[in-house]
Amino acid sequence: MEKNMESVFSKFTGQRHELIQILQKIQEEFGYLSDEQIANVSEFTKVPKSKVYGVATFYEQFRFSPIGKNHIMLCRGTACHVKGAPRILDEIENQLKIKTGETTPDGEYSLEAVACIGCCALAPCIMINNEVKANLTPDEVKNLFKKN
Amino acid sequence: MDLENVMNKAKKGWAELYSGKTPLILIGAATCGKSAGAAKVKEIFTEETKKRNIECNIMEVGCIGMCYAEPLICIKKSDDPLVCYGNITPEKALEIINSHLENDNPVSEYALGTIGKGTLKDIPELHETPVLKNQVRIVLNNCGIISPSEISHYFANNGYKGLIKALQQKPADIIEQVRESGLRGRGGAGFPTWKKWQICRDTKADKKFLICNADEGDPGAFMNRSLIESDPHSLIEGMIISAYAIGANTGYIYCRAEYPLALARLDLAIKQAENLNLLGDNILGSGFDFTIKVKEGAGAFVCGEETALIASIEGERGMPCPRPPFPAVKGLWGKPTIINNVETLATVSRIFQKDAKWFAQYGTDKSKGTKTFALAGEIKRTGLIEVPLGITLKTIIYDIGGGIPEDKEFKAVQTGGPSGGCVPKELLDIPVDYDSLVEAGTIMGSGGLVVMNENTCMVDVARYFIDFTQKESCGKCVPCRLGNKQLFRILDDITKGKADKKDIDMLKKLGQNIKATSLCGLGQTSPNPVLTTIRYFKNEYDAHIEKKCPAKVCKGLISFEIDPEKCTGCHICFKACPTDAIIGKPKETHLIIQEKCIQCGICYESCPDKFNAINVFSSRN
Ligand SMILES: Cc1cc2nc3c(=O)[nH]c(=O)nc-3n(C[C@H](O)[C@H](O)[C@H](O)COP(=O)(O)O)c2cc1C
Ligand code: FES
Repeated sequence: MEKNMESVFSKFTGQRHELIQILQKIQEEFGYLSDEQIANVSEFTKVPKSKVYGVATFYEQFRFSPIGKNHIMLCRGTACHVKGAPRILDEIENQLKIKTGETTPDGEYSLEAVACIGCCALAPCIMINNEVKANLTPDEVKNLFKKN
Repeated sequence: MDLENVMNKAKKGWAELYSGKTPLILIGAATCGKSAGAAKVKEIFTEETKKRNIECNIMEVGCIGMCYAEPLICIKKSDDPLVCYGNITPEKALEIINSHLENDNPVSEYALGTIGKGTLKDIPELHETPVLKNQVRIVLNNCGIISPSEISHYFANNGYKGLIKALQQKPADIIEQVRESGLRGRGGAGFPTWKKWQICRDTKADKKFLICNADEGDPGAFMNRSLIESDPHSLIEGMIISAYAIGANTGYIYCRAEYPLALARLDLAIKQAENLNLLGDNILGSGFDFTIKVKEGAGAFVCGEETALIASIEGERGMPCPRPPFPAVKGLWGKPTIINNVETLATVSRIFQKDAKWFAQYGTDKSKGTKTFALAGEIKRTGLIEVPLGITLKTIIYDIGGGIPEDKEFKAVQTGGPSGGCVPKELLDIPVDYDSLVEAGTIMGSGGLVVMNENTCMVDVARYFIDFTQKESCGKCVPCRLGNKQLFRILDDITKGKADKKDIDMLKKLGQNIKATSLCGLGQTSPNPVLTTIRYFKNEYDAHIEKKCPAKVCKGLISFEIDPEKCTGCHICFKACPTDAIIGKPKETHLIIQEKCIQCGICYESCPDKFNAINVFSSRN
């Protein structure tokens, strides 16, 4: 087992109810959940690997492949939708040449849609690496990303 | 004894801080403030006052609720009342420093209003302005005024007085007072809070649990986030009182992971409370033990449902179970468990800080007290408000919210999120209470209000919500898993002009069946957005059947054309079009090749305002 995994596990006792938190911690450290890590978690918690996958795939938050250096979360909430989020999405996809759920080939950006960022009063908004960009216009989107 | 000292000291410190002897500058730094540029504003104030040797206290606070005016700051100086400034830019900040901080001359032009004793020339009292005049702030009382990171500020504003009072009483008396207050659950369904507590109290068990539902799944709502970010201790105090009443020694806060700032502020607040024995063993010598743990959600809407939330805390897939047994009897790990919304619990602390009768004087006969609402969408003054129940939607939207921007036509207001419905103009006079909203086909929900104008397509909105629920359905029961998928397909066809009249009847029939036969609240309410839009906006559905989208939203129906009179050949749209559907040389009139156009609207956005040469049509010609 990798050293880093041990340091993740050292914060837990391995009980069943910690499963989601353990997976969250791993994703926080490594950016995604690898097959090997899922196997490690299964060993640690004594939950069958298939069940660990069962839980992990149920929740939107978990990813099974690496993400880009900059993680863009696009809000697909009601307020953002009404205030033109679909246009923002079109523009981001157009700029980065990727679809939702994908990462740019250079590993710079990945794009994901989330239910709501909670900044609905300043819709439409997106979150880049935990920082909210609010009141966006398609025009502003053009200047958000490094030209590659 | 020890706590009494701490509280007295807190009161003194607070009075000193707000005395104005040293100018106090409040920076709104909840998620809304931060995203609007609060950090930059704070930096300017910090640097400039240092440079100019102005002694002052700069303090980050939560959200005062006027998100439309972020970044927002307030200044308390000398004996003047607190002055609230909105839409702060670097230039405005400098002007305020020059004029108000250096020369005692508040800048009335940028001021939204004053708070507190005294008046100032040319600046209205904030509580007299339309935004606040109709509000009654009980739960939000501290928001934007105290620092969410300082427990002493909470103490100074009656914080934990309710807990001290409660711990001196018998649990049965506490439940009785909650009954008297008339408080109903603020998480959606409006179940009387005391009744739930009583059932849990009466169930014999060796262990009981209290869970605070901070999952805030309604996309388009942010009441709980804002409250936690601005005043986390009001939730913690309410939780301790509730736990004492029902006999729980362990509490969980299930908070969504998309709220990093709220999570950080909760962690800090819990530690502060632990250090003062407000949490832990033998709380304040009462013999009552209680600890709170925070669990981060992992992004599943259904986990807002009680039984699914419990499964998620147990580390399982968030799948609901049939009720009964209700969690109050058999919940987390099979033990009696109470689940309450953030606002419900924060309200409990306010009720005990004052008293039940005082709270019950607000609201209507069956819906007592105040409720927070998140105003968003096509409305001028977006933000967080708190109003007595029974107020009309019209007052909320037009008086508090300031109406629709750019004088556009109001079309509908959506309440209750994916479980709620769209209320049309004709019903704006109905009172906002649990029962009237149900009569109108929607629900109160947790407090999200999304306003829609003439540019919103109601069929698209219905499709949007069903797309959301069919993705979020956990898959356990058939009506919800397949029924919502089918609803989505039909709606998708309608928005593409591929449906006929029979499909609308099918939507209604299917919707009713899904409601009647689904396992949990998700499926039992998911057709509401479709059913209410059919009920109130049938004409829009009919137009779509005739291959027209009157609001010009549905990509499958609308078309774009360049007005040859207005086009100057600036070539910007040509470069912007992702499918090369636009032809034309620079300085010559351009043309859209309809066969290649995917109706993305990027050309429309890119055409400079001064030309405005691209027209949108509600159908294909
Ligand atoms: C699909 C679904 C999602 C829900 N989401 C939430 C939520 O995000 N927050 C919440 O407080 N209640 C939510 N509820 C309601 C809760 O299940 C529960 O009724 C509520 O938390 C009880 O607290 P209260 O009595 O204080 O309102 C949801 C219900 C359903 C069926
Ligand atoms: S709807 Fe987009 S932040 Fe809430």
